[in-house]
Amino acid sequence: MTDKLIEIRNVHKAYGAVKAVNGVDLAVAPGELFGLIGHNGAGKTTLFKMMLGLLPTSSGEIHIGGQAVRGEAFREVRRSIGYLPESLALYDNLTGLETLHFFARLKGVARSSCPTLLEKVGLAGASGQRVRNYSKGMRQRLGFAQALLGSPRLLFLDEPTNGLDPQGILEFYRILADLRQGGVTVVLTSHILAEIQQRVDRLALMRNGRIQALGTVQSLRDVRDMPLTLQISFRSGAASILRQGLSAQGIENIEIGDGFARFGCPRRLKMPVLSMLAELGPAISDIEVHEPSLEDVFLGYSEEMAT
Amino acid sequence: MTSIEFSQIGVIAGKEFRDRLRNRWVLAVASVFTLFALVIAYFGSAQQGAVGLRGIDVTIASLVSLVIYLVPLIALILGYDAIVAERERGSLDLLLSMPITRLEVLLGKFAGLAGALGVATIAGFGLAGLLLFYQLGNAALYHYGGFMLSAFLLSLCFLSLAVMVSVIAEDRMRASGIAIALWFFFVLVYDLLLLGLLVITEGKASLDFFPVLLMLNPADIFRILNIFGFDDVRRIYGLATVFPETLANPWLLGSALILWIAAPLGVAAWRFK
Repeated sequence: MTDKLIEIRNVHKAYGAVKAVNGVDLAVAPGELFGLIGHNGAGKTTLFKMMLGLLPTSSGEIHIGGQAVRGEAFREVRRSIGYLPESLALYDNLTGLETLHFFARLKGVARSSCPTLLEKVGLAGASGQRVRNYSKGMRQRLGFAQALLGSPRLLFLDEPTNGLDPQGILEFYRILADLRQGGVTVVLTSHILAEIQQRVDRLALMRNGRIQALGTVQSLRDVRDMPLTLQISFRSGAASILRQGLSAQGIENIEIGDGFARFGCPRRLKMPVLSMLAELGPAISDIEVHEPSLEDVFLGYSEEMAT
Repeated sequence: MTSIEFSQIGVIAGKEFRDRLRNRWVLAVASVFTLFALVIAYFGSAQQGAVGLRGIDVTIASLVSLVIYLVPLIALILGYDAIVAERERGSLDLLLSMPITRLEVLLGKFAGLAGALGVATIAGFGLAGLLLFYQLGNAALYHYGGFMLSAFLLSLCFLSLAVMVSVIAEDRMRASGIAIALWFFFVLVYDLLLLGLLVITEGKASLDFFPVLLMLNPADIFRILNIFGFDDVRRIYGLATVFPETLANPWLLGSALILWIAAPLGVAAWRFK
């Protein structure tokens, strides 16, 4: 159990003929920050709900902390789980503080922890306001505070930065970093890939109810051998020498503009191309090397599946 | 085996009850009850050419007619979206991700709404009762107390039906439709059907299964419960004359009402899984 906090074995979920989740195997280790990405309808939220025991599986098993997620024993496990749903709905007639009090009572958490949590998510000033008057971002912050009630050991965050402004997103990840210092395990989904790729330990790409790829961002890039992108600034008149040099290395597909060139460069050609460019001396004024982004990896996989 | 944590039921019930206090639902319904009860007590016999307070039995008989229309409607309106509204808004998932079972959520909802109905019924009719006793004297207290208690039980029967609807219906629109249909059926249509049956069979079959048919409608149980004690008013109600006296035991009728509370709630608990 020590190496697997969440264990999902061959899980299926069918709605009639539609297979929302179609044979998923997954394990998440304690303390891990695990990202789940995929298009809308890929099965992320369905998988989330099954992990929380909110939806029964059609077949397969899910265990959290060694307990099956649907059963009386799971009640205890739930006390140490925080959940932020994708389409967060709170009670409009309650104030922010009353909302937290309500969930704190259900979780068996001291109400005295609520004001501190509101402060943590930046809602201290609005704690007495009705949720009806909250903006989308404020609701999301309140939802996050609710998920943090009772210092959970495991957090499920479905699109947690939905509706947050850039400042809010930064604060959210700062809190998340603090929690991870404390050993909290986090599973999150996001459609903003650039945002999560710098932060997750591992991620799974979901498509059509299946996990298409699983690993660290780096391992996914390596598997795909995604080309690097090089952008060169050169002095006028150097375009033809540049094209010749690159052609000699086998790179033909070059986008050349006024004083700059951009091209994809296979990883194995990185050093030969850089040496060639260095030999051109003062004709080259700058070289930028871009690693492929998670978007590239993700789109690469998606395109592959689509064809 | 699933264990029940009463503290969790209490948290849900407390929220539902406070919500109804806060949005002044309890105050509004209690005021309606008080007002109608006083108007009926005073003007109830205007058709007979007189106004003013009469004996407690005639007053209760008039109130029973009011309660049979009003209380089921209020209880159905209160409870028809208890679960389906949370499901439709999306707040049900968050609620069920807490350390609480579905049964506890259901019982908590029912208990909180029942509390709101109870306070509205007792406060509304109680206030009217206080004003009436000033005129009618303490002897009426016993009958009036029984009337209030049975009105509360009747409201719980329909609340239980409403909560069942709120579990079964796919969305709020359908739930409200089913709730209104239930009201029509039990309050308006059912007795007409029974009367029609009496006429068709020319009264021959009445003694055998009519009491059973009457027990299948909580509104009829409530009516029998409240008017059988009074010889004067028993004659006013045609239907009650086909009900044998041996079955008119208040404990038996009360138990039937409690069954009517438990059964739909049981179905709701079963379907909510």
